[in-house]
Amino acid sequence: MALRSVSRKSLSLGLAVGQVRGLQSFSLPELPYDYGALEPVISGEIMQLHHLKHHQTYITNYNKALEQLDEALAKADSSSIVQLQSAIKFNGGGHINHSIFWKNLTPVREGGGEPPKASLGWAIDTQFGSLEVLIQRFNAEGVALQGSGWVWLALDKELKKLSVQTTANQDPLVTKGSALVPLFGIDVWEHAYYLQYKNVKADYLKNIWKVINWKYASEVYEKEIP
Amino acid sequence: MAFRPLLSRTLGLTQTLTHSHSHSHTLTQLRGLQTFSLPDLSYDYGALEPAISGEIMQLHHQKHHQAYITNYNKALEQLQDAVAKGDSSSVVKLQSAIKFNGGGHINHSIFWKNLTPVSEGGGEPPHGSLGWAIDTHFGSMEALVQKISAEGAALQGSGWVWLGLDKDSKKLVVDTTTNQDPLVTKGANLVPLLGIDVWEHAYYLQYKNVRPDYLKNIWKVINWKYASQVYEKECP
Repeated sequence: MALRSVSRKSLSLGLAVGQVRGLQSFSLPELPYDYGALEPVISGEIMQLHHLKHHQTYITNYNKALEQLDEALAKADSSSIVQLQSAIKFNGGGHINHSIFWKNLTPVREGGGEPPKASLGWAIDTQFGSLEVLIQRFNAEGVALQGSGWVWLALDKELKKLSVQTTANQDPLVTKGSALVPLFGIDVWEHAYYLQYKNVKADYLKNIWKVINWKYASEVYEKEIP
Repeated sequence: MAFRPLLSRTLGLTQTLTHSHSHSHTLTQLRGLQTFSLPDLSYDYGALEPAISGEIMQLHHQKHHQAYITNYNKALEQLQDAVAKGDSSSVVKLQSAIKFNGGGHINHSIFWKNLTPVSEGGGEPPHGSLGWAIDTHFGSMEALVQKISAEGAALQGSGWVWLGLDKDSKKLVVDTTTNQDPLVTKGANLVPLLGIDVWEHAYYLQYKNVRPDYLKNIWKVINWKYASQVYEKECP
């Protein structure tokens, strides 16, 4: 996640108890591929809107909420502190989730869709039976998700177990369990597919596997389970 | 809401027989299961342009609303089976699908009546008692519109924003519901006068990410006549 420090050194001496020091402001990470590079699976139009508008808005609102939190802390205004948590969770979660998502996708010519080998591939076969079974589970959960949310391939880093999880709205995976590490997530908010797939969420889910970046998922897995 | 009785006359006879033996039933059975069907719009798909595109109206009605109805009917059928078997686990598990899809059917059936073409009075502010109640409760029509639009824009994820009437206190309220929860889930006394769908499918093809523009424009096709009728029925 790219961030720029807002210099608060000169203020740090006079800070009241519990203030957020050196407030960072977050900024939009770049995609490692062009907007059109995931076609025909995900249209360039969707990728551009999703990145430049949706993700950027989460970041803008996240930064604003953190700034308001900073002020509320300085005033010890607990009512505002608590009230701000909804905006922080939603927009911060949106930033977290989309930052992961861009890394979960990659063009076909960069290996998009190539099944995982090595330890992650083996773990999937052991715990799900096969990659096909995992994909089927995943898609079923995605189709069944009511409203907006995400579907995740999760690693419980303590139990060393894989699972398919869903979260609502922009809740990050960690809200389903503090030991859960996202290997990858698929955005099933309507904005992620509607311009191209309209109401047929199932077709979006069927096609997105062609551009899933299993290499990145394996890297995350191997970092937790070396 | 249009529905056709699933059961024909022959089953009506069975119902009579069942009823006469009801004292020997230990379980409650669902009788005469209805199937719900898609209500017609009272205007063409393109009639709300440019506020809402014909493409959106057609998809929204024929695909989204229809899917809720299809899945609602399926869940009710499964519920009937589960109740007949005394399978409480399934009965309880089915409630999520019934709430979501039944709610989707309820909400969209109201929504189509909340909209009307400009040529049919869309956007014309309410007169009569509802107009007066709005001025009293909110200060002005503009204030109400701003409040509903702000709540709609701020809604996290998918849901609806409502102008409701608390039929006990006779007070107007602005409220939101998530996903396909009907307004009644926010209060048993709440009657929906007007609902605006803020799921992305309601506006994305036309307005993309700019939900506030959708909310700004939809007022041009709001059917205040219908809202007034509902209001006057509860507050004669």
